[in-house]
This record gives sequence, structure tokens and C-alpha cells, in this order.
Amino acid sequence: MHLLVCGGTGCNASKSQEIAETLKSNLKDKGLENEVQVILTGCFGFCEKGPIVKIMPDNTFYTEVKPEDAADIVEEHVIKGRKVTRLLYTDPENKQHVADSKHMGFYKKQLRIALRNCGFIDPQNIEEYVGADGYTALAKCLGEMTPEQVINEIKLSGLRGRGGGGFPTGLKWEIAAKHEADQKYVVCNADEGDPGAFMDRSILEGDPHSVLEAMTINGYAIKATKGLIYIRAEYPLAINRLLTAIGQAREYGLLGKDILGSGFDFDIELRYGAGAFVCGEETALIHSMEGNRGEPTFKPPFPAESGYNNKPTNVNNVETYANIPIIINKGAEWFSKIGTEKSKGTKVFALAGQINNVGLIEVPMGITLREIIYEIGGGIKGGRDFKAAQTGGPSGGCLTTKHLDTPIDYDNLVAAGSMMGSGGMVVMDDTSCMVAIAKFYLEFTVEESCGKCTPCRVGNKRLYEILEKITKGNGTMEDLDTLRNLGRVIKDTALCGLGQTSPNPVISTIENFYDEYVEHIKDKKCRAGVCKSLMQYIIDPVQCVGCTACARNCPVNAIQGEKKMPHFIDKELCIKCGACIEKCKFNAISIQ
Amino acid sequence: MAKIKLSEDKINKIKEICSAFGNKPSEVINVLHKVQGEFGYLPAELQDLIAQEMKVSAAHVYGIVTFYSFFTMTPKGEHPISVCMGTACYVRGAEKVLDEFKRELKIGVGETTPDGKFSLNCLRCVGACGLAPVVLIGEKVYGRLTPDGVKDIINEYR
Ligand SMILES: Cc1cc2nc3c(=O)[nH]c(=O)nc-3n(C[C@H](O)[C@H](O)[C@H](O)COP(=O)(O)O)c2cc1C
Ligand code: SF4
Ligand code: SF4
Ligand code: SF4
Ligand code: FES
Repeated sequence: MHLLVCGGTGCNASKSQEIAETLKSNLKDKGLENEVQVILTGCFGFCEKGPIVKIMPDNTFYTEVKPEDAADIVEEHVIKGRKVTRLLYTDPENKQHVADSKHMGFYKKQLRIALRNCGFIDPQNIEEYVGADGYTALAKCLGEMTPEQVINEIKLSGLRGRGGGGFPTGLKWEIAAKHEADQKYVVCNADEGDPGAFMDRSILEGDPHSVLEAMTINGYAIKATKGLIYIRAEYPLAINRLLTAIGQAREYGLLGKDILGSGFDFDIELRYGAGAFVCGEETALIHSMEGNRGEPTFKPPFPAESGYNNKPTNVNNVETYANIPIIINKGAEWFSKIGTEKSKGTKVFALAGQINNVGLIEVPMGITLREIIYEIGGGIKGGRDFKAAQTGGPSGGCLTTKHLDTPIDYDNLVAAGSMMGSGGMVVMDDTSCMVAIAKFYLEFTVEESCGKCTPCRVGNKRLYEILEKITKGNGTMEDLDTLRNLGRVIKDTALCGLGQTSPNPVISTIENFYDEYVEHIKDKKCRAGVCKSLMQYIIDPVQCVGCTACARNCPVNAIQGEKKMPHFIDKELCIKCGACIEKCKFNAISIQ
Repeated sequence: MAKIKLSEDKINKIKEICSAFGNKPSEVINVLHKVQGEFGYLPAELQDLIAQEMKVSAAHVYGIVTFYSFFTMTPKGEHPISVCMGTACYVRGAEKVLDEFKRELKIGVGETTPDGKFSLNCLRCVGACGLAPVVLIGEKVYGRLTPDGVKDIINEYR
């Protein structure tokens, strides 16, 4: 019997480490430490209800476990074979306990390929990866396939880059293979800059060996002997697990000289990013790895021709790599049967925002937004109405109710004015203001623009200022035209992908939520109640009993009134902080 | 900024780090990671020394430090507070939580309290979006925070 405890960042933050320790000590007390193993795994995906403990082989799925629950899990489940019902997931529809994760709405429509091992194996133990068919793909490539055959298999599979652009992976490898050089490099892009996304991190934390194996295969296919993983320094857990995995792979002769006796040498090192979104762009990433400011340069030359240290370099994303070993093992044909005509396989999304089941999901391409939100995601929080889902992060746009039944793949998302991006999917309800969201993303791009080219450095700043003006209630209808026109100019003239996509959130929200922009401009109203300048806090003199609670908590003394008499708010002084509303027990204060 | 006089110990430690990376110009970023890990921040004096040791210009080092948001030139508080402003946290009310921290500590983003106890910063997605909104104090993660809970958390460290 195995007790799998989620050790992903989310659950880790909720004491999963302590849970694992307590389970172990409870088992030890009962003398069961040899029969029952406690394993700290990668993310199960169901972060909303974490920390999660899964019991194998019967698949029992315990949610929101606390260290105090460890004793019951051991006493009841392990020893007496009875499920601890209070820890089981309750189906929100029929209020029934669901014991087996296979029957949970969250998992039913998912298909786990890139995440196949996340949550099932101990990422710190190479033997478990090997036990799950790990490194068999590498052995097959080195032993039975020529580099050309490997590339061909990847081409046939139809796999496209999961880092955002969707470039066909096999083709990329073929180009890198064609360029001859004394030294070539394989680079894994683990920069994951999209704020609100954590797919790559979860793969690295939960299944680091799959990425190492894939990079080695990539090296063999394009005749490179050095691999580099560019990872954010903000990901300490992922870094640790990678370092452990690299050490183990070297020990087992799966990295280093003469791998598996094939005569092929390959080794992997880490390079640390330092918190700059633009470094996710491949040319910037390469400059950063060379020790410089991570500023993009014009393509061509593409990295495949002249990349790291001016040598041919193949850059792929973490999730792209995680797909490689299983494609080699199960074959291109198997893979290409999944998904839509032009987008094969699955995509991992970090599902977040105002949705019931926040977490990490992997779905076949072609699934609809409706299935993701209402079946996997369990619907909108508090039963409110769905308003928009943002994909592609700061480079993407939003999908609305009219896109609920569009099959999700690379091309349909672009047609809908968004993009696949790296996999962030943020769901919003009517409490989100779309103008404010556009401003939020623009603020991000302005901050992250490297400043090398004018359209992006100056143009985005202008877009931001106009949005700021609109959210303050000073916008004009002409501003909307300026936003659109300037946005188009930036897209057409910026040097790198950051600037070329940064106006997307603005253009897409104007497109889909034109009324809301007009409301801000003409009626000076923010229907979501987000834009502070457009709100007024008002005390209803009938409801107010004069308890003084609000006045005592107002940071700027904007509330006046005698004790036991109705209070009132001085509009000039009020900074709209909302403190009074939270303090009033009589519902006397409202926002208008 | 006031000039800091580097002690002999510190100078040696930095020289040691630089030589561990072979004093190679291409390793500047790695050196900065290490040095910041050791000293907490990268004031101009440290940068000068690193530039010297790595055989690059001080401007080059400064250019790198200012380019990457992970590097900081001001000392953090004893308990650095980082409010996640990633998208997932933003749509679940991170801004209100941030406002409450500002109000409670009476400092703005990027500042440190006069007693040096707390500093306030924003960061983007710590990978615990399921717990949004998320705040880090030191290495500890606090999830599902409401403005109401802010005071209690600060009190844990006061
Ligand atoms: C501004 C910007 C940020 C990017 N950030 C990332 C990132 O965080 N992770 C990533 O894998 N790719 C990112 N990319 C895409 C990379 O440039 C590159 O296309 C990708 O790593 C290639 O791998 P793939 O073909 O496997 O997707 C970014 C691109 C741009 C323009
Ligand atoms: S588009 Fe922006 S990020 Fe890209 S090179 Fe130009 S200024 Fe830098
Ligand atoms: S919103 Fe804030 S500033 Fe305005 S009256 Fe209420 S407590 Fe005072
Ligand atoms: S807290 Fe509410 S009831 Fe009390 S004085 Fe303020 S508005 Fe009136
Ligand atoms: S957006 Fe805050 S943890 Fe991801």
C-alpha cells in the first residue's frame, strides 16, 4: 500500500510536508513502516481542495487533509480498511461522497499525457520513474532508432510547441539538425513568465526525469551534447528536484559520457533566470544565459542557426518536452489520434480565478471552454455568471460566453482574438472589470518591456495611460479609437513577441466588452465596482444606528456623525478603501 | 545612498564566490545570485567589487542588476512581505490585501518599515494559485487571505 501526499507548491504551503511526516510517525507507531510507504509526489492538480492524500492501489482521494487527520487515516483506512468519510470529496451536485478520483467531475474529462506521472511517482526517486516506463524511450532511441527516425517520429506525431507559439516541434528539430557545428545546444525554457500560470513548474516538481529524458533524446536527434535548463530563481522547489534528478541520472549513466553504452555523450546544467518576463522569449533567454541583460534580438538568425554562444541551439518548452518520451514509446500514430486536425495531443492549463475547482488540468485539444469551466472546473464560484476566460496571459485575449462551445486548439483561439499561450486560464465573473483587467495586463507589459524598441517602450506606456484615464472616469470616445489604432501599430512594429502581442488584452476586451468601456466613459460607471474613482461610498441614514464602528476605522477620518446618530461620509476625503463597509454590522454602507 | 564600508570578511567572501565561478564575465548573473543570497541585497559597493573581480565594467553589472527584478539594491526587512499580484491572485482580490498591508504597516510597495522589521513587495505568481490570494512572509506561504486577516498575520511577527 502507498500513501501519496501531494508535495506541489500549493499543498506544500498548506503543510503537506508535515502531513507526510505525521503519517510516517503514525505508521511507525503501529509497526507498519515497512509495509506502507508514504511518498511525497508532485501536484495532483486539484489544488482547490488541497492538501491531498491519495491511497493506492484503491485510488481513495482525501481532500483538505490536516496533519491531525493522519492518525485517522492510519488507524481507520490502513489498519481497518474503512474509508475516512469526512475527508472524502463531496460532489457539489448530489452531495455524495466520492471515494475514487476516477469518478470525480474534476478528473473525468481530463487526459493526462504530459502530467502522466505527476502525483503518481516520487519525483526524487529515479527508480520510480524507471518503474513507470521511464528512460525506455531514450533506450529505444539510442538503441534502435537513427536521429532522423527520431525526428521523423516527432514530426509525424504533430506535436506543436507548448510554450505559446505552437511551432511544430519535429520541424524545429529538423532545422537544428541540419546546421552543422562543432558544438550544439539543447535548451529547455522553464522561465514560465505568464503571471497566473504554474504548469511548467508542476511538471518539473512532479516529474523532472521526463524532461531530462526528453532533452537527451533531443540532443541525440540533433547531435548536441550539452543541455541547459533556464529556470526562474523564484522556483526553489523545482530547482532542488531538478538538481536531485540530474545527480541521479548521472549516477545511473543516463547522463554523462557514453549513455547506455551507445557512445552518445550528453549532460545537462541549470541556468537561473532572475525575474524578467521577456527572458522567456528565446533570443532574450539565450542572451540571459550568456550572462547579459535579457534583451531580445531580431530573428533571423533563429537560434537553430545561431543561438547560445553563436552555436545552433534548439529551444523547447518544459511541457513540450514532457510529451516526447511517451510519443516515442507509444508511437506518433497513437499521439496524432488525440486532439483536432491541426492541434494534436493535450494541453495543460492552470485553471484559476473565480472558479470552484482551481488547479492544474490536462485536456485533449478540441475540448470546449464549457466543458472545462462547468464540468472540470465545477462552475463559477458562488453560482455567479461566467463573464470571460483569459488565455495567453499578457499576450492573449479573452473568451466570452459566445466562445463557450468553440473547440479549443491553437488556431481557434487565435481566430477568437486570443491565443493558447503557455497555459494560464483565468476565469472571471461579474466582479471583474474588463477595463481594469486590460489595464492590469498593460501595467505588467510596461513594467516588463525591455525598452529596446520604441513602439513597445513608449506605445504600451501610452496605452496604459489611456486606460488609466478611462478607469478614472476621464476617458473620451476618441480614446477608444486611439487604443485600437495605436495597438495595431505596436503589434506591427515591435521587435519581439512581447511587444507584438502586448496590445492583445486591450484589443480583445474592446472587441468583446465595448459596452463596458462606453459605460466607463459616458456614464462614469464601473459595473463590477472595481474602478475606485468611479465609486462612491454612501451611508444609508435609515439603516445606520450610529455605532461609530466605521468612523473609528476610517484611515482618513472621512466619516462624521454623533454617537447613536446617522453618520455620513465626506466624499472629498474618502479614499475608497472599503474599510468602513467591512466594519458596519448593520449593512448601512453601500457602494454606488 | 550612504557609502557602505565593506569589511575584510565580506570582501574575501565575494572574491571567493567570483573565483568559484572562474571569474568569467559570462557568469556574472550566477555570481549575483550567490552574493545576494549571502548578503540579502546588492548595494553599489558590492557591485563595484564584483565588476572588478569579474573583469567587466561597473556599468555592465549595474545594467544587469537593474534589468532583473529578482535583484535588489535595497536591504529587505527582517520579515520581507511579498504580495502575489499574479493574475489569479489579482482577480481574487489581491489588490485589497495589498492595500491593507500598506495601511497596517504605513509603508508603500518597495519600502521597509523604519524599524527594519517589515518590507513590502509585489511578485508575480508563486505557483500556489489554488490558494489565491497568496502572500509570502519570508519563505512562508499564506493563502486565501482576506483584508481582515492581514492584521493577525502581521501580529505573528511583531
Ligand atoms: C515575451 C515572451 C515570453 C515568453 N515566455 C515563455 C515562457 O515563459 N516559457 C516558454 O516556454 N516559452 C516562452 N515564450 C516562447 C519562446 O520564445 C519559445 O517560442 C518557446 O520556448 C519555444 O518552445 P516550444 O516550441 O516548445 O513552445 C515566450 C515568448 C515571448 C515573446
Ligand atoms: S518589443 Fe518590447 S520587450 Fe521586445 S524588444 Fe521591443 S521593447 Fe523589448
Ligand atoms: S471607504 Fe475608507 S476612506 Fe472612505 S469612508 Fe470608508 S473607511 Fe473612510
Ligand atoms: S458602522 Fe454602520 S451603523 Fe455603525 S455608524 Fe457606521 S454606518 Fe452607522
Ligand atoms: S497568481 Fe498568485 S500564486 Fe499564482
